[in-house]
Formats: sequence, C-alpha cells, structure tokens
Amino acid sequence: MAAVTRVALLVLLVVGAIAAPAFAQDSEVIRGQLSADDEPVSGVEIDVSLNGESVGTGVSDEDGEWSVELPGPDTYDVTINVDTLPGGVELRNPERTTLEIRVGQGATATALFALGEREEVGSILFQRISQNLINGIKFGLIIAMTAIGLSLIFGTTGLINFAHGDLVSAGAFIAFFINAVLGVHLIIAAVIAVIVGAGLSAGIDRGIFRPLRQRKVGLISMLVVSIGLAFVIRHIILFQFGGSRRPYRDYALQTGIQMGPIRLAPAEIWVMGLSVLILVLVALMLTKTRLGKGMRAVADNRDLAESSGINVERVILSVWIMGGALTTAGGVFLGMIESVDYLMGFRLLLLMFAGVILGGLGTAYGALLGSLLVGIVSEVSTVWFSSQIKEVWALGVLIIILLVRPQGLLGRKERIG
Amino acid sequence: MGTIIFFDAVRTAIGPTAAAYALLAIGLNMHFGYTGLLNFGQVGFMLVGAYGVAISVATFGASIWVGMVVGVLAAVLLALILGVPTLRLRADYLAITTIAAAEILRLITRNTGSEPVTGGVFGLRQYAGGFYDVNPIPPGSYLGPLGLSEGRVWIMAVSWGLVALFTLLLWSLMRSPWGRIIKSIREDEDAARSLGKNVFYYKMQSLVLGGVIGAIGGAVFALALQTVQPDTFLPQVTFFAFAILILGGTATWIGPIVGAFLFWFIIAGMQSGLRRFSDAGMLPDFFGSQAIGAVTLTFVGLLLMLLMIFRPQGMFGNKQEMQLDVK
Repeated sequence: MAAVTRVALLVLLVVGAIAAPAFAQDSEVIRGQLSADDEPVSGVEIDVSLNGESVGTGVSDEDGEWSVELPGPDTYDVTINVDTLPGGVELRNPERTTLEIRVGQGATATALFALGEREEVGSILFQRISQNLINGIKFGLIIAMTAIGLSLIFGTTGLINFAHGDLVSAGAFIAFFINAVLGVHLIIAAVIAVIVGAGLSAGIDRGIFRPLRQRKVGLISMLVVSIGLAFVIRHIILFQFGGSRRPYRDYALQTGIQMGPIRLAPAEIWVMGLSVLILVLVALMLTKTRLGKGMRAVADNRDLAESSGINVERVILSVWIMGGALTTAGGVFLGMIESVDYLMGFRLLLLMFAGVILGGLGTAYGALLGSLLVGIVSEVSTVWFSSQIKEVWALGVLIIILLVRPQGLLGRKERIG
Repeated sequence: MGTIIFFDAVRTAIGPTAAAYALLAIGLNMHFGYTGLLNFGQVGFMLVGAYGVAISVATFGASIWVGMVVGVLAAVLLALILGVPTLRLRADYLAITTIAAAEILRLITRNTGSEPVTGGVFGLRQYAGGFYDVNPIPPGSYLGPLGLSEGRVWIMAVSWGLVALFTLLLWSLMRSPWGRIIKSIREDEDAARSLGKNVFYYKMQSLVLGGVIGAIGGAVFALALQTVQPDTFLPQVTFFAFAILILGGTATWIGPIVGAFLFWFIIAGMQSGLRRFSDAGMLPDFFGSQAIGAVTLTFVGLLLMLLMIFRPQGMFGNKQEMQLDVK
C-alpha cells in the first residue's frame, strides 16, 4: 500500500532512523506532455507534491514535455499551474488541475492534462497578478478566521496556543467524517462540525488550561502543554483518517466562472463571501455586544476587567468557544478550496503566527489585517518565485516586522516588554 | 519476542541518533534551561550543521573536517542573525521567530532552485566516507546480541564522546561567574541589568553556544545516517528535543543524556513492539506502519503534556528552577 510505504518512510526519517533509510536503486519519475490542438505548449509549470508539500516543479519544454524526479515510490498530487498557461490555452476540464498519480518502485508514471483554447483576456502578467491577488485574499480571509481565535486566546490568557493549527485540521476532519463517511450534505456537516469544534475547544479550556491557570502554572509550561496537545490531536487524525489528501464530497468539482482577468469556482466565491460575513459579524460582536466588550476588556487588562466586575473565566471560556467555532469554519473552508489532510492545520499555524504578529499580537483587528497581508504576500509571490517557497516570504515578513516594529502594525508598544 | 523488542529499544537508545538528540537537548538546555530562551528552532541549527558537512563534501568536494567547521560557522552566523532582532523581545516572540526561521531554512533547502547545492528534496549522499575511513575499530560484530558493526561502534563512540565533552563544558561553565550571570538572567533579567550586566550580550553568547552544540548534533546525525534530506528537519524534531530535555530534567547536567536514552528507549521499544505484534497478527488489520507511527507520536504528545503538568522538573530537575515565566 502506497500510503503505508509513505508513512513507513516518514516514520523512518522523522521518528526513528532506527535503521538507515533504504533507498531505491532506480529513481521514480512523473512525466507528461502538454499540447493544445496538436501544438506543444511550453513554459507551463507543473508541481508535484506529497502530503501537501511540493517535491518538485517541472516546466514544459519546446516539445511540451516535462518531467519531475521523485524521492520515492508513492502517491503524488500533480498540479498544473493554470496561471502559467499561455494566453488562449486552458484546461479542457478546469476542475482537473490536480491529478493523483500512483508511482511504483522505479517506475515512470505519466500525468495527462487535456488542454484546449480560450480567448485571451488582457496581458498575462496582469492576469496572473490579479488571479494570485484574489487567491491571496481568499487564503488570507481563511487565515484571519482561524487567527482571530489564536490572537484572542493569547490576549485573554497570555497563552500562545500551538494546538490551534491542529484544531483547524480537527474541524476540517469532523466535517469530512460527517460529509464523506456518513454521507450528510456538506452544509449540514459544516454546521455540525462548527458546533462540535466549539465544544472541543471549550473542553480543552475547561479540561486542560483552566486547571493549569488555577494552579498558577507558568505560561511557558502551558505553551509546552499545548505543543503536546497539538501532537496528540494531529496524530489521532492521522491514525483515524490516514495521511493522504481527501476532498469533500460536495462542491469538489465545479467549473470556474471567468470574471475579467480572474477565475473562481462558485464554491470559492461562497467561501470568500461567507468569510467576510463571519468576520464582519465577529467585529460587530466585539464592538457592540456586552460579551464582546468584555473580551476586549480582558484582553486589554485582565486585572482591571476583573475588578470592574467582569467574570474573567466566563469571558475566557467564551473566547475559546468562539475561537473553536471560527477555527473549525476556517478548516472547512480551507478543505473546500483545497482538500483535507492531517498536516493542513500545522502548515497554517505558522502563517497564523505571522498574521497575528504582523497585525499585533492580542488584537482582533490586527489579526485580520495581518492575515490578509500574509495570504496576499504568499500567493502573489508565486507570480515571480517558485510556489515551493511561498511560505518563506510570509515568514520573512514576520521576521522583518519584528525587527522594525515588533509590536505589529496595530499593536501597542508595551505588549512586547 | 520480549527480548527482541528489548534489544531493538536498547540498540536505538544507545545509537548515534539518540546521541545526536542528546546534543540537540544539551544546546536547548543552554538556551532554555539555563538562560530562559525559548528556542523553538533548534532543528534549524541541526539543519545547518548537517548540511554544512553534506554540502561541503558532496557539492564542493572539501574534506569532511572542513565540512564540520563550515557547519559550526554557519550555526554561529544563524544565531547572530536570529538573535539580533529577537533577543530583545519576550520569550514567546523568540519562540515564534525561531520556529519560522527553521522552517524558512527547510523550505529553501528543499526548493527545486536549490537543487544544485542542496540536492532539493532528494537530499545529499556519499559525503561521510572520510569519517568512516579513519575508523580505528577493527571489523567485526560488537556488543553480543546487539550485533553492531565496526562503523556503528565508531560513530557511537564519537557521538557519545561529543555528548560527554559538551556536558562537561556546560557543567563547568555553569559553575563559572559567566554561568551565574546566565542563570541570573533567567531568574530576573531586570535585576541582572540593574547590576550593570549587558543582558543582550550574554543572551547572544548563550544562543551561539547552544546553537553550535545543536549544529554538531546535526553533523553527527548526518554522519550516522550518511544521507541528509530536508524533510528530516521538520519542526517536530525541536519538540522531540524539548521532550527529551524535560523528561531528563531541565537545567541539570545529566538531563539531556538520560532524557535522550529514555526517550529513544521508549519510542523504539513501542515501535518495535507494535510492529512485531502487528506482523504476528495480534493487532487489528488497520494497524499498519502508518498507524504505528501515529500511535507513537500521539504518545510523545501525551508524554510532553503529562510531564509538563505533573512533573515539570523531569527526573532529575529542581522544581524551583522550572518556575519560568514570560515577564
């Protein structure tokens, strides 16, 4: 079984090196040829990834041929970068941008993308920048939804919750279980998942972190506990669902809608619209309602809030519940526009960190602004640079902001002490 | 079967990988245990140490000893680059920056564009020959039932020798005036500052020293496996090193050694046991190697949580020294 081999390899590399990893004598290759109307199509980027991480990028040559060498036999996701298709050429089936290709020991596998013609819209660079900008906003909105919880939990309790990313995966997989395994429609599955995710998050606060706060355990100790918790959640998901990428049953195959230079699937438009709506509701809740004001007051100054009669523990619990719900929704959205896999949340966590620090740790609006910027920077960078290192730019921005304005764009100076 | 599992566990626990992790944990002990610096990017130092050796030899044809010096110098440079923006910040900011920096290093190393130098996702091989050529141990099978080859004994002797060397170095440093200043920074940075100590300067020295020890751990790792691949250097490696340090006892000289031995004994024993039970058909069908890996890592997470909640001082630590907090 390919999945077993892959994890066996992962286990060897990561956990153990109990024996030195055995390397195949023959190398594995995925190749293909791109042509539209019998004309070879050159200069198209094709990315091959394993477990959501790119292992190589091929570019088609004058004959339209491309190939990518692989680190070993496994099942790979082969994605054609539609933004690199020359003007007038597009995928026959716009949904089949990613193919799952199984490669055996020493084998050469072929990945075929059927191309056809399309009317050209504007200049290619302008088109690519616009498309990546909209992708960045889409991604940034999802980072923002998940990061607000992270930021508010930090603001109210001082804890940097390293398990937050894995709550994203947990949410996405709860919805996956209800949708793909039990066969319930995704919208209902998502609603149930959000409720379960909120409950899970509340349970984590009540069961683990509240007792620790009451025992006056130091923040760094709690941070290490959250790392342990992240490991537990991540690998329970791996145990239960395996390591491969999976799509939801609904909305996975949709035809994109062309709007000027950009193209979005209806599900993506819905994801973006709902994200904006949810974020606006959160902002209104934080500024207009009693509970929201309480959250901001506790984040601002816990002792002062407590002495003004705010029930701090109740506010903290509400923050965890709200954070859990938002995080789950973010996970489901991310699963809809990409796919679900057990590492999706951890990959997102570092981008969430970048977002909240960029915006100002502990502030809700800062998390929103910073996350949008992080999403845009990482997506737009792929216009000029390899998509394998798109996270590098976002993390680089994080380090630069710490150099020049460590309190973040919207933070206040005293917070970093 | 019990004996086989036991010997599997012992073989890993005394192996060079455990020694490499002990070195990582010694470096973290310097950072976290003694100075209070929350370095979550120790794997980044490990990466530059391992790739320092591999790139120097496999890509540029230098000797392996030059490679080790390159690895150490790269670690010093990394510590300086990381320290300047972050050492003035609070502990949790340092944590996020270091984990981000380590990921940046890994992503750049595995990028297709870096392939001519780093080998990209395929990594590098065939650089460790120079190390095994000077092996003074005669060919044979050693340590009875463990059946270790002479090359394995050689790398084990060198790696545990390095562990002993750096343990001794840290032990004596912590008894020097320098060590007392370092610990006073952990206890109360402002107090140290008010006594006229340049806190930033001392933290930087600690970051460099611990990073160099981590890089040497990386070099040992590269020599033991004789292959480096970027995806070996995932962020969780740092967390394994933290688990080792906390298990053994933070801010103790023996903590990293005992922690590394115990950690790998437990992990390898669990994996070997589960694998053998699975092969013997004593576990449900879905218990493939994927599930075994998942169960083991879930256990690591639980271990980290339970230790931190119920015994933060680990086996040999002093609870007073673990009252760390961000200020």
